[in-house]
Amino acid sequence: MGVYTRYDRGHSMRIRSHPIIDFKKRKEIPFYFQKKKVVGEEGDTIASALHAAGVRRLSKSLKYESPRGFFCGIGKCSSCLMRVNGIPNVRTCIAPLQEGIIVEMQDKLASLPDAEFDRKPKKTLHVEVLVVGAGPAGLCAALESAKQGASVLLVDENQIVGGQLVKQTHKFFGSKQERAGTRGIDIAKELENEIKKYQEGGKLQLMTDATVIGYYESDKNYRFGVVQRCEYQSRLFDVRCQAAVLACGAMENMLLFPGNDLPGVYGAGAVQTLMNVYGVKPGDRVLMVGAGNVGLIVSYQLLQAGISVDRVVEAAPIIGGYNVHAAKLQRCGVPIQTSHSIKEVCGEKKVEGAIIVQLDEDWKPIKNSEEYIKCDTICLAVGLTPSTRLLSQIGAQLAFIPEAGGFVALHDKTMQTSVKGIYVAGDASGIEEASTAMIEGKIAGLAAVIQLGCSKDKKLLDKYREELSQLRAGPFGEKPRIAKQKIAKMKEKSHASI
Amino acid sequence: MRQYEKTGILSIKDLQVPSKKQLEKGVAILECVQDIPCNPCVESCPVHAISMKDINAPPVNDFEKCIGCTKCVGICPGLAIFVVKVKGNKAWVTLPYEFVPAPKVGEIVTALDRAGANRGKALVKKVIKQGKTMVITIEIDSDVAMDIRNIKV
Repeated sequence: MGVYTRYDRGHSMRIRSHPIIDFKKRKEIPFYFQKKKVVGEEGDTIASALHAAGVRRLSKSLKYESPRGFFCGIGKCSSCLMRVNGIPNVRTCIAPLQEGIIVEMQDKLASLPDAEFDRKPKKTLHVEVLVVGAGPAGLCAALESAKQGASVLLVDENQIVGGQLVKQTHKFFGSKQERAGTRGIDIAKELENEIKKYQEGGKLQLMTDATVIGYYESDKNYRFGVVQRCEYQSRLFDVRCQAAVLACGAMENMLLFPGNDLPGVYGAGAVQTLMNVYGVKPGDRVLMVGAGNVGLIVSYQLLQAGISVDRVVEAAPIIGGYNVHAAKLQRCGVPIQTSHSIKEVCGEKKVEGAIIVQLDEDWKPIKNSEEYIKCDTICLAVGLTPSTRLLSQIGAQLAFIPEAGGFVALHDKTMQTSVKGIYVAGDASGIEEASTAMIEGKIAGLAAVIQLGCSKDKKLLDKYREELSQLRAGPFGEKPRIAKQKIAKMKEKSHASI
Repeated sequence: MRQYEKTGILSIKDLQVPSKKQLEKGVAILECVQDIPCNPCVESCPVHAISMKDINAPPVNDFEKCIGCTKCVGICPGLAIFVVKVKGNKAWVTLPYEFVPAPKVGEIVTALDRAGANRGKALVKKVIKQGKTMVITIEIDSDVAMDIRNIKV
């Protein structure tokens, strides 16, 4: 008694019964949070273990000390930074839980630790192709390059590969060659197994729990710094490569409204990660904001995890996602209200409810149309922004393309950016979905090795390009189609002016 | 703007509706009306009743060819295919189901329509698993055969 604490009868947040995923009870992993003993499970991240134990508040804002929970759940934002074993600024949403670690909330700005690179010299690695990000695009790029005989290093920040595929419990659309009818989680496994095959063959190296921190000057080839986190003692790698595919993904957009920083306001993808990867419920009653495919699919998956969804509000006058996804929700009795948005979140230290409001034709709030909704979780599914910081640092030319989700690196038909030998693929090259990301990855991986002289298979490149344009041919492919046309045009222009 | 674009709920007017005779033998109702890139239903059909012009076109069912075998129900990634069979004042709807707990054969469950409204009781006649998707056949009154699209266990 005394040292062993279970916050808020925390274990009830664990999902044990699920129609798609088998969430067995895993080995208990005790650790310390704010000097108290907490118990997580094997496979947890620090944040998922804390969440399962009922701890939603992970940090506080610097100026007003407002409570903060995590928002993105995939290591892209800063609201889950905590001190772990004395190391500050650990992204607890992707840091694997380990027995006996000491997790603390940070006071204001963190102090610089001595421990981080302690007695670990940097190591130099030489490869032909570096692939950054092991999501659908990165995995396919790495596989394609390795298949053609190039030596490949694949780096990912997470403890498991698959990117966002690992939480897609629904069956994918498309045709047979895009694995239609297969669930995203199973596609992730298939790709992981293929990666293992090439790892065993020695052509492919995989580095998880590792971040590409920057691009550095080099006279011959490209040079990247990679930090791998091992038990909170990081190790620095100096990676030299002849080509790189940057498949860094995207991050979820935030929406402006009072209370949007309260613990319990999450990105829809973060909630999907929490429940489908770690088997932890985000809360008991959810308001979903946004009726694109992400909002609709995650709402349905919340129901599948036994969590109630009050409704879906969508500011646009029509539902943006596929009707089949909307229909699935409606027949479960979850209403979708178009021309409605969230006005503010209610609650002192956590989400206790929300006020929604109806919008007129000009998307302006209609007076006296406010309605109070009781909920403990708000999910924001209001689009994504490509992760382009590394591309920007390399010097790849970026442009703001609204249809692509924001700034993207200009690229040609082979996914090559304005910097020769630097390729981009997947959401980082413009927001789309996993099926097209996989094909873009194949194109980038193949084009990179063609340029290096490892392959001459331009016909295969054309085949992939044809598959891609078929997937984008329908009305739902219009946005990415326009985005890619704009990107290609601007790339051509910039090329001509050089 | 079509109503379903606002609500997400299809009406009978949005759908290809079989004749009385076709319903008697049992046919697949494809509740997939938008141009989305997807075609597993076409590939799953053993009698080539389901077709589409290209991968983005909505699927069309040739009710004369369709044998109501229910193979497409558990295949459709959008969970948008239902097989309906009507005989006298009874009807059987086969639907995809991905929730726990799984219903048992012989169990009485609540029948829900496209808006999730309670429309009375249904008797579970058959439960099969196609991967992780359950394909469930329920018995209901024939007058609601084209309305009931979900169950609550």
